[in-house]
Amino acid sequence: MAPSPPAAKLRLATVWLAGCSGCHMSFLDLDEFLFDLAEKVDVVFSPVGTDVKIYPEAVDIALVEGAVANVDNLELALQLRQRTALVISFGDCAVTANVPGLRNLLDGGHDSAKAVLERGYLELADATGQLPFAPGIVPELLPRVLPLHEVIPVDLYLPGCPPSAERIREAITPLLAGERPAQEGSAMLRFG
Amino acid sequence: MSVITLNVNGQDVAVPAGASLLEATRAAEANVPTLCHLEGLTPVSSCRLCLVEVEGSTKLLPACSTAAAEGMVVHTHTPRLREYRRMTVELFFAEGNHVCAVCVANTHCELQDMAVTVGMDHSRFPYQYPQRPVDATHPQFTLDHNRCILCTRCVRVCDEIEGAHVWDIGSRGGHCHIVAGLDEPWGQVQACTSCGKCVDVCPTGALFRNSDTTAEKQPNTTLPALLRTAREQRRWHNQ
Amino acid sequence: MSVPPQLRCCDASGCRSAGGQALRTALEGARDAAGLDAEALTIKPVGCLRLCGSGPLVACDGPGPSQLFGGVEPEQAGALIAASLATSHPCGSGDALAAHRLDLEDPFFALQQPVVLEGCGQVNPESIDDAIAFGTYAQLHRVLQELTPEQVRDEVRRSGLRGRGGAGYPTGLKWDTVALQPPGPRYVVCNADEGDPGAFMDRSVLESDPHRLIEGMAIAAYAVGAERGFVYVRAEYPLAIERLRLALQQARSRHLLGNHIDGTSFNLRLEVRVGAGAYVCGEETALLLSIQGQRGMPQPRPPFPAQSGLWGAPTLINNVETFTAVPAILRQGGDWYGAIGTEHSKGTKVFALSGAVVNTGLVEVPMGTPLRTVVEVIGGGVPDGSPIKAVQTGGPSGGCIPAERLDTPVDYESLLELGSMMGSGGMVVMGESTSMPEVARHFMGFSVNESCGKCVPCRAGTVQLAQLLDRFVERRATAADMERLDALCQMVKVTSLCGLGQSAPNPVLSTLRWFRHEYEAACREPAACVAAGGVER
Repeated sequence: MAPSPPAAKLRLATVWLAGCSGCHMSFLDLDEFLFDLAEKVDVVFSPVGTDVKIYPEAVDIALVEGAVANVDNLELALQLRQRTALVISFGDCAVTANVPGLRNLLDGGHDSAKAVLERGYLELADATGQLPFAPGIVPELLPRVLPLHEVIPVDLYLPGCPPSAERIREAITPLLAGERPAQEGSAMLRFG
Repeated sequence: MSVITLNVNGQDVAVPAGASLLEATRAAEANVPTLCHLEGLTPVSSCRLCLVEVEGSTKLLPACSTAAAEGMVVHTHTPRLREYRRMTVELFFAEGNHVCAVCVANTHCELQDMAVTVGMDHSRFPYQYPQRPVDATHPQFTLDHNRCILCTRCVRVCDEIEGAHVWDIGSRGGHCHIVAGLDEPWGQVQACTSCGKCVDVCPTGALFRNSDTTAEKQPNTTLPALLRTAREQRRWHNQ
Repeated sequence: MSVPPQLRCCDASGCRSAGGQALRTALEGARDAAGLDAEALTIKPVGCLRLCGSGPLVACDGPGPSQLFGGVEPEQAGALIAASLATSHPCGSGDALAAHRLDLEDPFFALQQPVVLEGCGQVNPESIDDAIAFGTYAQLHRVLQELTPEQVRDEVRRSGLRGRGGAGYPTGLKWDTVALQPPGPRYVVCNADEGDPGAFMDRSVLESDPHRLIEGMAIAAYAVGAERGFVYVRAEYPLAIERLRLALQQARSRHLLGNHIDGTSFNLRLEVRVGAGAYVCGEETALLLSIQGQRGMPQPRPPFPAQSGLWGAPTLINNVETFTAVPAILRQGGDWYGAIGTEHSKGTKVFALSGAVVNTGLVEVPMGTPLRTVVEVIGGGVPDGSPIKAVQTGGPSGGCIPAERLDTPVDYESLLELGSMMGSGGMVVMGESTSMPEVARHFMGFSVNESCGKCVPCRAGTVQLAQLLDRFVERRATAADMERLDALCQMVKVTSLCGLGQSAPNPVLSTLRWFRHEYEAACREPAACVAAGGVER
């Protein structure tokens, strides 16, 4: 039996926006499946898989954890959409803004950035409280924390806080075969 | 007992006369979703999830408050019903502050379950982030308005089963909220018997026991039906 | 017998706000100054004289033909007294009131056919004697003395009268349904919770001719076997409430209400219930809860109020205009009424005409009158002579009818077909400069505020719709917003619990249907919005 020619490896990115990195921890919980994965994909951008700082071109699949909360998140989200074929909203923060989005409760969500900074750095500070100001170094907060799909078109949603390793595996496996996973049922869809 | 027969999703079912359309769909195991409905309480048909198509009717009918009738032909899961149900659940999520990850009811929440049922993987409607208070004045229980979906189960169970009528609804539209007593802090409402029925029937984490933290709430939604049946059948007489 | 000349001064809200009371006081002073008394010249307050936009209005019934004056200042009272006594109209430069003289031959007046408004502007709304002299209560008397309840219902059924609150349910059928319920108490309720922006028909009737309404309700109560009734009036109508209460008191003191009315075994107690500012209480099931002292929230129907209404009893609920049409139907016969109007929409309909239109006021015309006749001929078109862009009917539940459809006859079915509805009768004319997405957002804002909050499509869906419309008004919408707008409108329309929610998307749907290009133009990339496709109808 002739061996089939080695298929070109898929280029996979994982992205960490405004989230706790719990989704990435869950990704690492894939354990030995990570070896299977490594045979089929090249991890071209990932906070837990590479040391690449610039989002590369021609990415096939991106797992995007976290909400869009600051200008860096926004810039990266727009950039990765340009350079990625299939964007996955990875976890509740990306899907709903979740816990990072709670700051939208301040000030009716219109300018929660100002409200959250004042709360954190002035109201709750000791006598020397001051607002952080480091343009170009600390990225500015957006007025409102947004789920990923309100910023860029998203192709697939993987809810969960975090999505379990099993759920991640069930979603990725069909994608590696060029198929869309069936996103239904409690195993795949549950928030929280 | 007279019986009526009707057809649900192509299957003939027989139910006692006087049964609701919802009971008929359950006889056919059609799994029509419900949120505001609870066995033992008066139906209010406010969540609109149990809307079904009945042939010959131009309108969608709420299964919970529509009487089953002889010869009805009912469809419970047409594509448009599925789509409306998903939109409905998205609207529920978008109008409140539902953060499953940090909720007492996580893993035991009917709204969370409903999102799975209708296949909601995200909300197409932007979240509103309304500013809502938390009433923690009661010694045993807390009311977190952020998680309330206004199903009025608490209102009804307190009025119809407990007979205390502590709860009602205040304001209108998106500002609607559950009020205790005459819109007082819950802990100050003397009519409250602290029976906890409202907490038990709450489908989300809006009402919970103070001892419960994230994902610890264990609701018991079977109580109203048990109590109602027991009263109607006067079971306490010979027990 | 010669009738002394009289001045009928409009004392309804519209003319009051234009200074009608000051003018009447000035007229009385001028009459005294001319050495005349009430015998020589009667000055009486009356209800609506129709052309509200030109108020304060005064009608003169002098020796010559009746005349109508508008916008007269108190200083001109003397001239008006003189004019009312003159045997012929002065003309040319000799006429000090030339600028205020309104032409009663103008189509605005000439094309009207008063049935419901018969007594409006004729009778003193605060005098039961005046009402009785005008013929009010004569039909109640005849009905009680000569007709059985079945005969009354038969006459109403033959008239083809349909509910004037907007839905157009056949009135006779509703009366029969209530009457034929198992024996027991029944109620009769008048829905006077007129809340549509741009609608003031019911207010005018209540302020102008309350006894006619009471007569209509009493006849209805007799016909369905009710002994108790309520008029539910919105609190925003203080003058209407005051006059209705006075009229009820007068009717009771004349034994036209109470026990053994007219010496028969018929008893009727009527009360006023005042709303608390919720638009949704115009929805009948919510209104009934409100009367019972509960929170006004719509209930699932069935059961319909005709089967189970107030305190579980069969309840007849009709709108002000419907009840008020009844005495004329009994006087002239159901066939007479049925001969007016179209095949399926019979009789006359009162409209409140406002917006970008020359003649603002109250109009009663036969059903089936082309919309163009109402807004262009009777209404006089847009003040600057520019073309009409659209006509809004049915308030927040209705829609905008485009200029190219103005030849549509005004009846229940035709308006529904155009994506609007008859509604209670508000008609707002819009000129070329009106932005349709802005109109839609305005009405959606109304629905957001007035949703009772019971069902989620209306409570949360209207909020999302309003935000989507903001994006169009602010010209930052996308093709996806267009799709969402279409889809959500359909969802709210189909899944809401009551009529308020079900019709809340109508202003959007109708403007999307007729003025879709305005929405497309409001997109950031208009071409993408065009590709998003049309509304499924």
